Amino acid sequence: MYEWNFAPVFAESGLLLAGFRNTLILTATALSGGLVVGLLLAFARLSHRRWLRLPADLVIEVFRTTPPLVQLFWFYFGLPIVLSVEMTPFMAAGLTFTIQSGAFFAEIFRAGIVSIEKGQWESAKAIGMGHNQLMRRIILPQAVKRMFPSMMERSIELMKTTTLVATVSYADLLFQANELAQKTFRPLEVYTVVALIYFVSISCVSFFAARLEKRFARTGEFSV
Amino acid sequence: MPDPILRLSGLAKSFDTNTVFEDVDLDVAPGDRIAILGASGSGKSTLLRCVNLLEIPDAGRIELNGDVVGNPEKSGRARYPERELRELRKRVGMVFQQFNLFPHMTVAGNVAEGLVTVLGQSSGPARERALAELDRVGLRDKADTYPSRLSGGQKQRVAIARALAMDPEIMLFDEPTSALDPALVGEVLGVIEQLANEGRTMLLVTHEIGFAYHVANRIAFIAEGGIYEIGTPDEVLKNPRREKTQKFLAEHRRFQF
Amino acid sequence: MNYNWDFASVFDNWWALAVGLQGTLRLFAVCLILGMSLGLLVALGRRAHAKPVRWASTGFVEFFRNTPVLVQILWFYYALPILAPVEISPFMAAILGISLNSAAYSAEIFRGGIQSIEPGQWEAARAIGMSGLQTMRRVVLPQAVRRIIPSLTNRGVEIFKMTTLASVVAYVELLQQGKLVASLNFNPLEVYTVVAALFLIILYPIVRATYGLERRLARSD
Repeated sequence: MYEWNFAPVFAESGLLLAGFRNTLILTATALSGGLVVGLLLAFARLSHRRWLRLPADLVIEVFRTTPPLVQLFWFYFGLPIVLSVEMTPFMAAGLTFTIQSGAFFAEIFRAGIVSIEKGQWESAKAIGMGHNQLMRRIILPQAVKRMFPSMMERSIELMKTTTLVATVSYADLLFQANELAQKTFRPLEVYTVVALIYFVSISCVSFFAARLEKRFARTGEFSV
Repeated sequence: MPDPILRLSGLAKSFDTNTVFEDVDLDVAPGDRIAILGASGSGKSTLLRCVNLLEIPDAGRIELNGDVVGNPEKSGRARYPERELRELRKRVGMVFQQFNLFPHMTVAGNVAEGLVTVLGQSSGPARERALAELDRVGLRDKADTYPSRLSGGQKQRVAIARALAMDPEIMLFDEPTSALDPALVGEVLGVIEQLANEGRTMLLVTHEIGFAYHVANRIAFIAEGGIYEIGTPDEVLKNPRREKTQKFLAEHRRFQF
Repeated sequence: MNYNWDFASVFDNWWALAVGLQGTLRLFAVCLILGMSLGLLVALGRRAHAKPVRWASTGFVEFFRNTPVLVQILWFYYALPILAPVEISPFMAAILGISLNSAAYSAEIFRGGIQSIEPGQWEAARAIGMSGLQTMRRVVLPQAVRRIIPSLTNRGVEIFKMTTLASVVAYVELLQQGKLVASLNFNPLEVYTVVAALFLIILYPIVRATYGLERRLARSD
């Protein structure tokens, strides 16, 4: 029977904590970037102008259909060659995951926007609103509420996807775990603890997201 | 005859290969209350929606108080730049069959929205005005509730208040009672009648023939892709001259006594 | 920006990528079958009468959905052999991680599909004397599966993309072979572009097909 021993892991908990901090920083960066990119891509995809719609289609489809790890390698090892710039692991990961999650967010935004009934668009136009006012005042406030569950789900996916940066040596939680496992010769304990850290923090996020969702539903502003 | 508030000339609209109407001419004088009747699918709603350009007509001219809307070209087809669309819609009020209130705003918020966002008023005076309009439709006490708490009839009265707040030169009603329980029709018709008595200019698409007779000063019957018969309520509803009008009215009277 | 692309050095090594593609397809097929069938079992487990079965199924879904699949693969590769006297190959670790993760996700899809079937269907089947199991097999599942085919296909595409994670434990698949070619020829830009293109060529037709399916289903329902 194997004898568990977590002491060596806890003795180096600072290492894991630093990794967790980096995971959060990367998630936050890609999340805020991804939301902006996603909204822009969604508007471009809904546009009547072909020269806006086609490139947006291309970016969305390519980044949704190829594996994120391949994208990361492309941005980290490939892109610096074309641009002849230095790329740090953080820059490559931030860029990859911003665009990748942006592509997924774009589809969520688009679906939310087109889900708003035709009558809402028409009555806003009928009182003389322009396209931007209509979006900002009438469509987006309603769409965002409907999109909220898929947004939270995608954000959690993003946090899990950030583990891939360990492969390009960005010191996130998983990378630090690899280091620690080699240092302590305790891979079982290390990977178990790390799995639990992810599990607990992600479960907390989903729990609060579900609570918020209920609150939204209760305010009674949903149905017409 | 005074200058018309609204003049439609040569208006035409088709969807794909399906012609809805062609060559519609109509003059609406100040204080006119014109009820538009017709079988379902005859294009009466489409005609109404062309007036505030929710549907863009294929050809023809729209004049509002002497202002030509859009840039009519020689071919008869007009271009309507975004700015002109908005300018026209500010001056034309519309009430929809499905109310289309904004569910994320309070009742007063719904009425004040156009004043603030479109006319650029500050929120204080806009709210004052919204409350006054709600008072007129008898719903001032509902100002701070959300639309989901209202009955269908109340929602439609709020929608009317929302249109009135913009001080429109003409009001368009697109089957305003068709989505309502029979018991709630009366309160909405009451508000429309009150507006008619105040001398508001309005175009009203409806199935309520009795109400049309009572409140309108002219009836336009739509069939065969255009205005098929037009005249006073007595002329069109009591002594229709043309065959399709007679048939339509006979159908609608079948179960009335 | 005037970089000279040189794809010849990639195509010279096409056999290495072909070997990788074979590994990718093998891993994908195993994980697809295991993930989907286990997912259906777990979904049924969440509806079981016995409380422990229900709790275990729910716990399984929650745990595997709320941890990163890469952590799962590494756990199975480095940690599991310490606990149990088994040899874990990279292939095994990848299968375990990806299949269990996909099972948790597809369980939720199956559950949603089963729940979407109107109670009237259950009642009608009961009324002609069917047992619970018969109702599930003959009435509910056939209708539910039809509705969830787009979501299951999406999940399949996700599984295909996930196979690249096996490269982390040096399983021979497309990305792993790409790394190899890139390190031998110093042409990462071209290699990873080709690898990405290969994934796009394989997966995009499937993605398009699900768009069509979704539209058809939306119309028929």
